[in-house]
Amino acid sequence: MHLSSGFTLLYLLAAVLFIVGLHQLSSPKHARSGNLVAALGALIAVIATIVVLHHSVLNWVLMALAILIGIPVGAVAARAVKMTAMPQMVATFNGVGGGAAALVAIIEFLMVPKGSTASLLLSISVVFAVVIGAVSFSGSGVAFAKLQELMRGTPLTYPGQQPVNGAVAAAIVVMGVLIVVSGIGVIGLWLLLLLALVLGVAFVLPIGGADMPVVISMLNAFTGLAVAGDGFVLGLPILVVGGTLVGASGTFLTKMMSDNMGRSLGNLLFGAFGKVQVGTETAASGERSVRSGSADDIGTLLAYSQRVIIVPGYGLAVAQAQHAVRDLADALEKRGVSVDYAIHPVAGRMPGHMNVLLAEANIPYEQLKDMDEINDDFKSADVALVVGANDVVNPAARDSPGSPIFGMPILNADQAKNIIFMKRSMRPGFAGIDNELLYDPKTIMLFGDAKDSLTQLVAAVKAA
Amino acid sequence: MNTQLVNEISIFVLAIFLGFEVISKVPTILHTPLMSGSNAIHGVILVGAMVIMASASGPLELTLGFVAVVLATINMVGGYVVTDRMLEMFKSRNPKGPANRE
Repeated sequence: MHLSSGFTLLYLLAAVLFIVGLHQLSSPKHARSGNLVAALGALIAVIATIVVLHHSVLNWVLMALAILIGIPVGAVAARAVKMTAMPQMVATFNGVGGGAAALVAIIEFLMVPKGSTASLLLSISVVFAVVIGAVSFSGSGVAFAKLQELMRGTPLTYPGQQPVNGAVAAAIVVMGVLIVVSGIGVIGLWLLLLLALVLGVAFVLPIGGADMPVVISMLNAFTGLAVAGDGFVLGLPILVVGGTLVGASGTFLTKMMSDNMGRSLGNLLFGAFGKVQVGTETAASGERSVRSGSADDIGTLLAYSQRVIIVPGYGLAVAQAQHAVRDLADALEKRGVSVDYAIHPVAGRMPGHMNVLLAEANIPYEQLKDMDEINDDFKSADVALVVGANDVVNPAARDSPGSPIFGMPILNADQAKNIIFMKRSMRPGFAGIDNELLYDPKTIMLFGDAKDSLTQLVAAVKAA
Repeated sequence: MNTQLVNEISIFVLAIFLGFEVISKVPTILHTPLMSGSNAIHGVILVGAMVIMASASGPLELTLGFVAVVLATINMVGGYVVTDRMLEMFKSRNPKGPANRE
């Protein structure tokens, strides 16, 4: 596509705004304005496109309709989604972007006039954008289903999985080469699309729910690359810049996130392969006894403690108990008990998720302690109060090399003098692994909905 | 190779380095919003979807183009809105920030 220099400069401005916005997004002070700067860039790019196209659009009504459908769907979904469901939402937005990127490449290929063959560059970029875009689309779909708990979060493995996935990937390579070299045309492209969709599903299935944020981050980088591929297909530098920026920064972010979990990316993505039998220890522990206590007893224990460390997890967010936990902390502080919150880097469903949720309840920022900051303090704490968290305090990550989460840094809640676990049931955590700490003699279970239990504890502390 | 292709390849390579450099050292609490914000940035695929739909003539091409524009719009609009919503939360940490938020 050929643009006059005026519009080329407008697209350049949009690209600069993307870069500035992305840069600001990585600093806490300017993050929000960074997002708005990037949004302004997108707006400029879209308006410039409308002006450029205004002579050549064959069907304005349909295009306007498509945009007018997309705006409210995106805006309403983004506004209405609960804070706890944020990761699924990002996965969805990423998936539809990947789908759009694949479609754009397919349409361009369909429009190659009959009888002539596509240029080498065009075929290569089309194949690239279709494969990466489609993997991102279907992979995000599976990530959504796992996070929304439409399907089990545990790694889904079956014997021979790795060869099967390898075969699909190999078929994609063969098909891609055939399309580029022999010009087998449209049929080949549909087959390629189908194979790529299958690979996206097959690739994400064996990855556990707790690792989903990293997967979403990676698929986000994928979509960026597919968009850059479309930039080559259509000769649109703004897509090359926007897409590549996301592809590169997204790859970097993915690595930071997996480092945070103490895993290599390869281990996280392919770790579940080959060890189908994870569940054996879980089955063995079915008969063991745990100690559970009443809210009154535990309230008294808390009230006469000197130092309490609260470990919030996703269960707290699900129960919408962030305000109740604050009430409990206030009641304890009134009695002179020192209260801190230990925030695991991947508490909640995404890095930083828990900070967002607790900020919503106006919990003072200074009380939210990072893992490195507070881990040595558990030894001197009287009580570690674990509210709706599980995997992030599971000592198996430290002690049993066979465990799927082995090597993940954990909060040392097991070193506190007493551990109180607030859980709805003995069900294992999101990673689907049993937690030894539940059976520890120092541990007292308080079963029930986190919000109700916390309210009872507040009353018990006040009465103590 | 034509000039346009050479230009695009140059842009591509430079953008890779830029992408790595521009987000060095992000604090953990910003990982989620950053992911979401960059997710919105690739919503610029809307420009590509509009360009391709503009020249689509056959019913199949037009239908696919229509779907592509809808999906790309959702990605772009939803992406920025949801990121803004996340980052709004961080603002309330300021000492002078609003105390009561629903």
